[in-house]
Amino acid sequence: MNIEQPSSFAFSAENLEKAKWHIAKYPAGRQQSAVMPLLDLAQRQNGGWLPQAAIEVIADMLDMASIRVYEVATFYTMYNLKPVGKNFVQVCTNLPCWLRGSDQIMAACKKVTGCSNGETSADGEFTVLEVECLGACVNAPMMQIGDDYYEDLDSAATEEVLTALKAGQKPKVGSQSGRYTCEPAGGITTLTDRYPDRAAKAGGDD
Amino acid sequence: MLADKDRIFTNIYGFDSPWLDGARARGDWDGTNKLIELGRDKIIDEMKESGLRGRGGAGFPTGVKWSFMPKEIGTRPHYLVINADEGEPGTCKDREIMRSEPHKLIEGALVASFAMGAHAAYCYVRGEFHHEIDCLQRAVDEAYEAGLIGDDACGTGWKFDFYVHSGAGAYICGEETSLIESLEGKKGQPRLKPPFPAGVGVWGCPTTVNNVESIAVAPTILRRGADWFSGIGRPNNVGTKLFNISGHVNQPCTVEEEMGIPLKELIERHAGGVRGGWDNLLCVIPGGASVPVLPKNICDDVLMDFDSLREQRSGLGTAAVMVMDKSTDVIKAIARLSAFYKHESCGQCTPCREGTGWMARVMQRMVSGDAHIDEIDTLEEVTRQVEGHTICALGDAAAWPIQGLIRHFRPEMEKRILDNIARRSAAE
Repeated sequence: MNIEQPSSFAFSAENLEKAKWHIAKYPAGRQQSAVMPLLDLAQRQNGGWLPQAAIEVIADMLDMASIRVYEVATFYTMYNLKPVGKNFVQVCTNLPCWLRGSDQIMAACKKVTGCSNGETSADGEFTVLEVECLGACVNAPMMQIGDDYYEDLDSAATEEVLTALKAGQKPKVGSQSGRYTCEPAGGITTLTDRYPDRAAKAGGDD
Repeated sequence: MLADKDRIFTNIYGFDSPWLDGARARGDWDGTNKLIELGRDKIIDEMKESGLRGRGGAGFPTGVKWSFMPKEIGTRPHYLVINADEGEPGTCKDREIMRSEPHKLIEGALVASFAMGAHAAYCYVRGEFHHEIDCLQRAVDEAYEAGLIGDDACGTGWKFDFYVHSGAGAYICGEETSLIESLEGKKGQPRLKPPFPAGVGVWGCPTTVNNVESIAVAPTILRRGADWFSGIGRPNNVGTKLFNISGHVNQPCTVEEEMGIPLKELIERHAGGVRGGWDNLLCVIPGGASVPVLPKNICDDVLMDFDSLREQRSGLGTAAVMVMDKSTDVIKAIARLSAFYKHESCGQCTPCREGTGWMARVMQRMVSGDAHIDEIDTLEEVTRQVEGHTICALGDAAAWPIQGLIRHFRPEMEKRILDNIARRSAAE
């Protein structure tokens, strides 16, 4: 795989401060523990992927052999070793999302972005990837775009979110079906003494 | 049904402020210094008496785990590590604690750390939870600012630091020794035990790894008393529990209920029932992807706790209930989980590295029916060869769903194969 690697990498002043803050979390001499947050910082600074030059820089900063940093960068799925689209769309297709229609979510992604699983659009706007459980199972199906979760999706909602992103807008994150977080959609069945207005209506839609 | 007055997570839906003012109004950080003043032994005894069993899946008694830490702090500092690498398919409870009740977790970490002689806690949060990490860090900053943690936590003279560490997308790091490796800045591959973390954990120091929920409930247990907590549920299966109900229900949700609530009541009362009614139920995976599936006839009256589910050869796990109605291709559902374990095997132990791939490939053929009937027995045999032959439980977790499928749905698997043979001979 041929990827054009930048010849050098340097943390911005702001990210260098953040890197120091991360390193300071760990006991003296244990700076290696900061390798994961530093890789994340580098990836963010570099537009969503990790160039080899960044791996070398981080190895120097943490006094690690670069192969050890490379091992970490290849072991964890959140590090991208090649460029990804501006909108990195990760669709959960694990069981709870699949049961509630993640196949249709992938189809909706294809329709709007033209990308099948693992592909990046020619204009570099989108990368679409099937991923494993993202831990929002009672809000299935869902997808993560960049840092944000979009939950309680169906085909139409998925198309709306992606179309808005394509137009440079910022769609609402979280539930797309009007739920607050993870409460039952028809109204709460517990904690009703605290939040009587949010209770399910008695004799409701059973 | 659990009464509202007995619920611990009164802001689990985030309707109120998760921040310090809201948390204090809900009773968090109320007299935390008095909890600390109980002393290490009393705190641990109380936790033991409460009967709390670890909420991360294995169900080991939390108080007993705390008691494994060395009594005296030697030359090596002690650490509490909180496992927030929530990634067991179906499970999304710790996420809600971190974004809506972060102060319960921080307060619990202080009390637990004090009880184990630890001056620092590291909370390892899965990296995808970017928003939750921000929430937790903001709450930590508030707690420092208010003097609740720091050099003189809650005015007790105990120095306590809380650090948030973010992961980067590896399910295996939910295994405690793998999590420790990852926290040290390495690939997340599990360590052999012994030595156990309480002797040699992170950076070679005594360490206890606890799940988010186990830590977050501790302050309420200590305030209300072990008797209160142990009075909820059934003997050996006590207290309240966060349940995640997903899949083919009318209203998927997270809810705090008493341990031992009947599965049917849980689904019907809180999740709006099975799509198409209870009789449209095919099966349920009751505790996250790793535990064996239960067919409807068992779901009719099984209780949701550790021992009841184990009697049915399944498990409570993380209490992540995945419901499948009669429209589900259950072979395909389990094959999806096999693909997951193949993806997440760290590759260290041969039975798991090779076995998860082999099982996933055979499961794909079981989905299409492109197999021989006797391969079902071979598949079962391979699951037995993986189970119990690896350093960590991922191999077991990959084996159990397939074993559950064969145990309860063998006729469907055979029919799929026979139909495929018939289809092919008709085409010839």
